[in-house]
Parts: sequence; C-alpha cells; structure tokens
Amino acid sequence: MTVSGLSVEFDNHTVLDDISFAVRRDSTMAIIGPNGAGKSVLFRSLLNLIPYKGTVSWSEDTRIGYVPQKLAVDKELPLTVYEFLSFKEKSRTKILEVMGAVGFLKEANHIHNDTRVLKTRMGNLSGGELQRVLIAYALLGKPNVLLFDEPTAGVDIAGEETVYGLIHKLKADKDLTIIFISHELEVVNKYADSVLCLNKEKVCFGPPKTAIDKESLEKMYGEETHIYHHHDH
Amino acid sequence: MTTNLLLLLAVGALSGAVSGYLGSFMVLRRMSLVGDALSHVALPGIAIALAIGVNPMLGALLALALAAVGIWYLSDHSEIYPEALVGIFFTASLAAGILITPEVELLEALFGDIDKIGPIDGIFTLIGAVAIFAVTMTISKKLLLMVVSKDLAKSQKIKTSKIDLIYLLLVCGVVALGVKFLGTLLTGAMVIIPAVTAKNIAGNIKAYQILSVVLGTLATAAGILIASYFKFPSGPTIVLTAISFFIFSFVFKKR
Repeated sequence: MTVSGLSVEFDNHTVLDDISFAVRRDSTMAIIGPNGAGKSVLFRSLLNLIPYKGTVSWSEDTRIGYVPQKLAVDKELPLTVYEFLSFKEKSRTKILEVMGAVGFLKEANHIHNDTRVLKTRMGNLSGGELQRVLIAYALLGKPNVLLFDEPTAGVDIAGEETVYGLIHKLKADKDLTIIFISHELEVVNKYADSVLCLNKEKVCFGPPKTAIDKESLEKMYGEETHIYHHHDH
Repeated sequence: MTTNLLLLLAVGALSGAVSGYLGSFMVLRRMSLVGDALSHVALPGIAIALAIGVNPMLGALLALALAAVGIWYLSDHSEIYPEALVGIFFTASLAAGILITPEVELLEALFGDIDKIGPIDGIFTLIGAVAIFAVTMTISKKLLLMVVSKDLAKSQKIKTSKIDLIYLLLVCGVVALGVKFLGTLLTGAMVIIPAVTAKNIAGNIKAYQILSVVLGTLATAAGILIASYFKFPSGPTIVLTAISFFIFSFVFKKR
C-alpha cells in the first residue's frame, strides 16, 4: 500500500498536509501522534470514507477489515451480536470461529468469555466486549489488511492477553498487514515494524527504534516530553 | 358489501404489512418523522391527479418521488440538516396542496376514505406491496449495518448514498399505498406506530421485523372492521387502533 501527497481539508482548514508513506505487505505499522493530529482522519482517508487530495493505492487483492474506535450503539436497538455478525457471514461455524479468535468460547468459565454473548443485544455489551465483537466482525471475510483505530490496551481478550497480544497472534497467520493507531509508545516499540508519527504533517516514518527520537517526539508533543510508559497489569 | 369489505381488508392488510416492515427501518434510523412529513407531500400530487382525472395514488406517488429525490439530493449536496429539509418540503407542499385541492375532495385527501377504494386500487396495492417487500429485503442487511455504523458500511464498499435514495423511494411507495385509507395527514402513523410497538417487545431484529409486519397488518385490518361497523372515517380509526396496541406494548414492557 502506498500513500503519496495525501492532504485533507475540512472547511479550508488543513487537517492533514502532504502525507506520503508506504506499507509493506505482511508488516505491522503504527500511527502515533497527539490528539487532533489527524490520525483518525488519515484512517478514514485510507478507507475512502472522506474526500481527500493525493493518492492512496492498495494492491489489487486487498481485503480490508476495519475496527472503528468506538461505536455508539443505541441500548434500545434490538440487534443481537449474532445478527450483527451475520450481516457479513452466513455460516454459523465461521462466526463461532472468529468469536473463538477474540476469546469468546463455548462453555467458558466466565460469562464474559462465553459464546452466549451472541444472543446479547449490541447495546448491552461492555466496552471491552464491544471491541472484541468489532474485531471479530473485521476478521470475518478473511481480510489481509486490518485497520485498528486505537485498540485499548486495557481490554482483556482471554485471561492475560490484550488486544495487542491478539494482533501479534493474528500475525502468525501468513499474509496479514496490520495498521493501528496508538498512544502507547511501548506498545508501538514492541509490535510495530514501522511507525508513522503524525502531527498534521508527517513528523517521522521508519522502524520505531530509529524513527522515534527526541526530535520527533518534540515535534509531536512539544518541548517537555516524557515518554509515556504503559503499565502492564 | 361483503366482497367489498373483504377487498378492503385485503388491500388494507397488505398496505399495513408493508408499512410496518419499512417502518421498522425508519424507526431504527431515527427517521420516523420523515415518513410522516413525506406523506403530506402527497397532497398536491393527489390534487393534480384529481384535477386531470387520473388515479390519485399515481399522483401521490409522483409527487412523493420528486420530493424524495429532492431531499436526497439536497442532503447530499448542501449543509442543511435533512430534518430541516423535510420540514420545508412538508409545509410547502401542504400549503400548495390545500390551495389546489377542490374543497369537496379535501377532507378525503387529508383523512382518507375507504368507500372510494375499488379493484384497481387493490391491484396497485398488491403489485406495490410485493415490489416494496422484495426490494427492502434485498437491502435489509445494508440498511441495518448503516444503522450500526455508516463508516463500517462504507468500509465494506456499500454505496450508502445509493441505499439512502432507494430507501427514501420505498418510503414514498408505502406512503402512496396508504394514502387512500389514511389520508395524507395520517399515513405516516402506520409507518411509525407498529414499528415502535414492536421495538417495545422484541429482543432481536428478526422478531422485531416480524412483529412490525404483524402489528401493521392487524392494526389496519382491525381498524377497517371497526370503522366499517360503526361508520367511522377509516384513517383515524386505524391510527387509534394502532395506538392502542402501542399503549398495550408499553405497559407490557414496563411490567
């Protein structure tokens, strides 16, 4: 996937300015930047959800799975998790398969990890459950590219595992390109092959170890920057 | 008389069923009042049809389709909120409609009159209802996904703007079918009430859609029977029957 000269404007206000980068097949890329840096806007351009200038070109056989940051699902919406997933996939076996991948198992010891969640209304899920269901939804249809908009590290998938652990595990499948937005540098260092630092324009791009230095951090977050440490539970 | 009543029941039940089904999406999309307001747009169409002597249903359908395309286009190409657009279309057409509708026909056009329904209307309703059901079913999943998240739908390459237009046109079809029974002022009710009632009871989408259809059918059929027995005007009777179902469901839900 290559992006060149990407710019986005809302009402003559430049949100993204002349962004260019490339993502290799089967690699993991992280996008970092402060609030309002245009991370989600960049995502939305990659998905072709908003108008932009410049070019975004995916390889021809790309199948994108998208995990949005959050969904405001109406509590009163009479839509169960199973019905939601079946918008994309008819086969019950395949639905159970992806639910298993995000940690909802048959006859689990805890209700939060049980496939009974399939009968629950979307609006009644907890934040963590909803995120896992959205990941399951993205996994349906065998995507070879996954776009994660800020997966929260605090969400347990199954016991110890976090969303990032899951991302890592999914990578074991061959041919899966992952692009995720994150706040946490530690997570980026651990899981990403390359990182794009963003603050309306491209601040840095490359392998995390070399790309994220004092200078690029200052450009993103200002002078007095302390590296944010993610605490494992 | 009996055959006539049977025809009325059949036509009414069909239009009630399809209103309920389409209404189920309308309520979820928070567009309930769009159906209501659109129905008023039918009035000038009916008036012109009456003036040139063609079936008022056709006139209504044409006026509605024009309004739907207009609303869809402007909401895609301008910054005005759709609800404001609907408000403008609705008041403008109500005003124009009342001016040009012949006074003797005005009451019928506004509130409906089942005595004026003949076999031709039956055929129109049958064809229309089947077509609307079929098209709605094919876009049902896309519409529901758009309720959950428009971005998610777009990321799956669903042409949301096209689906919106098809959907609005379907709503017009339903309103046109109901106009003879309920009149332009009350047609919107049959799109909203059965679906809201079903939403009170149903635990999942399948049950919700089936209940919307069943309640739409029941309310219309029961309303027609009551209206013909007591010689009430059909529109208000049907709407009040539907409302009584709603109140019942509300109490049931709060139990």
